[in-house]
Amino acid sequence: MNMPAIKTEPAATVVAPTAAAVVTMTPKRPPRADKYIKMAKETAVRVVPPLIVLALFMLVWELVCRRAGSTLPPPSRVFKDTRELIFDPFFDHGGIDKGLFWHLSASLQRVALGYSLAAVAGIALGTLVGQSVWAMRGLDPLFQVLRTIPPLAWLPLSLAAFRDGQPSAIFVIFITSIWPIIINTAVGIRNIPQDYRNVAAVVQLNPLEFFWKIMIPAAAPYIFTGLRIGIGLSWLAIVAAEMLIGGVGIGFFIWDAWNSSHISEIILALFYVGIIGFVLDRMIAGLAKFVTHGTALN
Amino acid sequence: MQPYLKLDHIDKTFTRGNATTEVLKDINLTIERGEYVSIIGHSGCGKSTLLNIVAGLTDTTMGCVLLENREVNSPGPDRAVVFQNHSLLPWLTVYENVRLGVDKVFAASKSRSERDEWTMHNLNLVQMAHAKDKRPAEISGGMKQRVGIARALAMEPKVLLLDEPFGALDALTRAHLQDSVMALHQKLGNTILMITHDVDEAVLLSDRIVMMTNGPSARIGEVLDVPLARPRKRLELSTNAAYLKCRQRVLEFLYERHRFVEAA
Repeated sequence: MNMPAIKTEPAATVVAPTAAAVVTMTPKRPPRADKYIKMAKETAVRVVPPLIVLALFMLVWELVCRRAGSTLPPPSRVFKDTRELIFDPFFDHGGIDKGLFWHLSASLQRVALGYSLAAVAGIALGTLVGQSVWAMRGLDPLFQVLRTIPPLAWLPLSLAAFRDGQPSAIFVIFITSIWPIIINTAVGIRNIPQDYRNVAAVVQLNPLEFFWKIMIPAAAPYIFTGLRIGIGLSWLAIVAAEMLIGGVGIGFFIWDAWNSSHISEIILALFYVGIIGFVLDRMIAGLAKFVTHGTALN
Repeated sequence: MQPYLKLDHIDKTFTRGNATTEVLKDINLTIERGEYVSIIGHSGCGKSTLLNIVAGLTDTTMGCVLLENREVNSPGPDRAVVFQNHSLLPWLTVYENVRLGVDKVFAASKSRSERDEWTMHNLNLVQMAHAKDKRPAEISGGMKQRVGIARALAMEPKVLLLDEPFGALDALTRAHLQDSVMALHQKLGNTILMITHDVDEAVLLSDRIVMMTNGPSARIGEVLDVPLARPRKRLELSTNAAYLKCRQRVLEFLYERHRFVEAA
């Protein structure tokens, strides 16, 4: 078995110099057009399949809902009914008669506020629970019970406490998104390798420096997992909460459309809700990649 | 004269529930300034525990560690550790890993630009200045260990503690790094305490070799002086009678008188 392998070696060394010479003679890069064609192909591979699926889905939907007596409108009807809303999202006729942009931005503001509070409080509480055995023993059972409470179940209680829709909605976002942040942060903190703690001990970092320089970066992948789950949940909760509290917001827009039997508007709103939920998730994922330099996160 | 570093009657027992294990028993050792001392023993004999005690990362059960006649019982930069698995922080660059220690130790005594200079100086000592902006994941195992050494050296420790620093490296890289550590020791005159399980490494690098008996209740079995002049050359030593004799003594200790018992 070894013989042929040994034999080929001298042959390879003889060929090598000529091969090297040939390579140095042609340092040609592929022409720019080729590069663009390659890029276009790569994009097409990613974009075409979902487009085909989307087109098929629209076709089936159109065929199913086109029949007379269908309860839901086909896509063509949806587009025709909601043309104004699509092309003019910025109108403002006072009250809740506003363009979709204003509804969505009102919802996003609530989410931004509630979620930011949840992120700060969640990371702080998670650090406490992850770092201290006693805090974990005391708080963890409480968290495990509280986190199972559905978001909307908090709404009446928060309305009773705040006596106003706006802070109540923000509280619902807060209480919905905080649990995964707490739990994931705690797991991340508990999983900090002893090595890093030893390094911190030898360098004599004080607790505050330890928190910023070791804990947060070491637990960052876990924290961001919690943050991503949290943003998803808070976007889920806002629509439901807004349906009940009323006022400007995408949730109440949907509820209002249902009450006035504008089914097409509901479908358009759902489309926007989905897209924005997706974008929010990607934003947190992008932030995670940026903050951890892609080193800790796969 | 008072010894520089003194391990004074150190006992260590670990207690888990009802089970108590005596790991170290009556360890006495003095190390002079500038000395290179290795501790060798089979795995599980408590040599890493001993190093952690000197580093202050583990408490003693009895006895104490005296550095320049003062008791040390908590970790600090005066006893910087080079960890076996390098323990670089993966989210920091090579430069930032070294700078972290520099910023803490010289917060008051050096200006910003001096700290930067000192960081680069130490990276230069281990020939890693070229990779200062790389992250640990982007450099090889040997390079990581070099940075680990630079981080420890940059704290200007009174004693440099090496915890099997070359254990995770391949033979060629290990030899290369051993030469670097020898050169650094020659140049800077650090006091070094190294844990190892490699006989050749111990003889090549050390002034004295501390041989530990098997655990539990490991003791210092024998201390061997290595009467080899420095600087030492790896190749010349391989035929040197004194070198071979030292090597023989350590091997005898480890494989005849204190053979590793699997069950222990």
